[in-house]
Amino acid sequence: MTRINSLLAFRFVLLVLLQVLVMNNIHFLGYLNPNLYLLFVFLYPLKEKNTTFLWVCFLLGLSIDFFSNSGGINAAATVCIAYVRLKVLKVILNRKDLDLKLFQLRSESLMSILLFVGTLTFLHHFIVFSLEYYSWKNADTILHKTWTTSIFTLFLCVLSIYLFGKKKTFNF
Amino acid sequence: MQQLVSFIEKHKFVLLFILLEVLAFLFTIQSKSYHKSQFINSANSITGGLFKNYNSFFTFTSLKSENDRLHLENTLLRNVLDVKSDEVLSLQRDSTSQKYTYIAAKIIRNSYAHRNNVLTIDKGSKDGLTIDMGVVNSESIIGIVNNVSENYATALSILNEKCNINARLKNSSYFGSLGWDGKNHKIAQLYDIQRQAPLKIGDTIVSGSRSMLFPDGIEIGTVSSFEADSKKYKKIQIRLATDMSNVGHVYVVKNRDKNEIKQLENDND
Repeated sequence: MTRINSLLAFRFVLLVLLQVLVMNNIHFLGYLNPNLYLLFVFLYPLKEKNTTFLWVCFLLGLSIDFFSNSGGINAAATVCIAYVRLKVLKVILNRKDLDLKLFQLRSESLMSILLFVGTLTFLHHFIVFSLEYYSWKNADTILHKTWTTSIFTLFLCVLSIYLFGKKKTFNF
Repeated sequence: MQQLVSFIEKHKFVLLFILLEVLAFLFTIQSKSYHKSQFINSANSITGGLFKNYNSFFTFTSLKSENDRLHLENTLLRNVLDVKSDEVLSLQRDSTSQKYTYIAAKIIRNSYAHRNNVLTIDKGSKDGLTIDMGVVNSESIIGIVNNVSENYATALSILNEKCNINARLKNSSYFGSLGWDGKNHKIAQLYDIQRQAPLKIGDTIVSGSRSMLFPDGIEIGTVSSFEADSKKYKKIQIRLATDMSNVGHVYVVKNRDKNEIKQLENDND
C-alpha cells in the first residue's frame, strides 16, 4: 500500500470509530448527533469518475449502518453525496482551470468551504432522515432534524478541516 | 457484445452509482420488515465486541443509579418473600407452575434519538436467547429481541414503530396497543382503547395478557394526557416508567409455553 492509501485507511477506521463510539452518543439537546464521518468524503482526493471512491464511500456508510442498526440508510446517503461531490465543487468554485491533483480544500476561501460542505451535508442528512422516517406525514420532523443536525455537522466538519488540515498528514 | 462492453466501460461510474444505491435501498427496506433476519445489524462479533469493550469502560458513570435500582428491586422482592436470605433456596415451590424464566443481560448500546431505535444486548443464542423474547428491567418493559448471534443480540426498543406491545389499563381489563410516534423518548402512545373504558390522567398502563412475550401486569407507564370524543379516545399519551435514555441491566423473558401456544395457533390456521 502506498503512503496515501494507508493514510486514507487510517482515516477511514478513525472516523468510523469516532462516529459510532463518540458522535452517536452526544445527543445534544436530547436528539442531535453530528455525522462527523462525512469528513472522509470531503477530504478524499479528487479524481474524475473515480469508481474506487464510490466503493469506499459505500463501505463507509455501511460500516456506520452496521453499528447503528439502520439497514442501508447511511450507505445510500453517502454514496449519493460521493457521486455529486465533484459536480458540486465545480459549480461552487466556478473555475475553468481546476487542478484536481493539486487541489486542497483548506486553501479555498471559507465561504466556498462552507458552501461545499454545507450543500453535501444537507443533502446527506435529508436522505438519511427521509429514509429513516419513511413517510410524508413526518415531513416537518424530517426537515427539522435535517436542518438542525446539518448545522451541527457543518460546524464540526469545517472546524476539523481547519484544525487538522494544516498537518502534513491530512494534506494531499 | 462489444457495444455492450464499451457502453459499460463508458458509463461505469453512473452504473456503479445506481448499483450501490439499489443495494443500499434493499438493505434499508429489509431492515424495515420485522420478521426477516437482517444482514445489517449490530449483533455480530465485531460490532458487539466493540460495544461491549466500550461499554465496560464507561459503565462506572451509571453505577450509582443502577445500584439504587437494584436495591429497590431487592427490597421489593424481600418484602414479597418475607424470609431470611438463607431460607430462599430451601423454599418449597412448584417449578411446573413457573411460566416465565428470566435471563440476566446488559444493554451495551442504547439508542433513543432515531425513529426506529434498536438496542444491542451482551447475551446471545449461547445463553438461550431466541428472537421474539421480551426484554424488561426492574421498572418496566424495554423491548423485544429481533436478532440473535452466538454471543450478542439486538432488540427493538419500545421506541420503535415495529414494536407493538399489547397493553392494558391496570385497573380494568380494557386493552390496546402501545406505539411510538417518534417525537419524544419519554412519551409513548396508546392506541385502540375502547371508548367505554374508564380512563383518567395518572392511570397506570401495564403489559396485557394477550402478549406472549411479557408476563401480564408489568408496568409500562402512566397516562399523561388524552382527548376523547363521543366515539373514541384519541392521542392517549403515556409517560414511560423507565427513562429510555438510561437503561443498563435488563432481564430477557423466556415464556416456557410459547412454543406450545404457537403450535396450537398454527394448527388452527
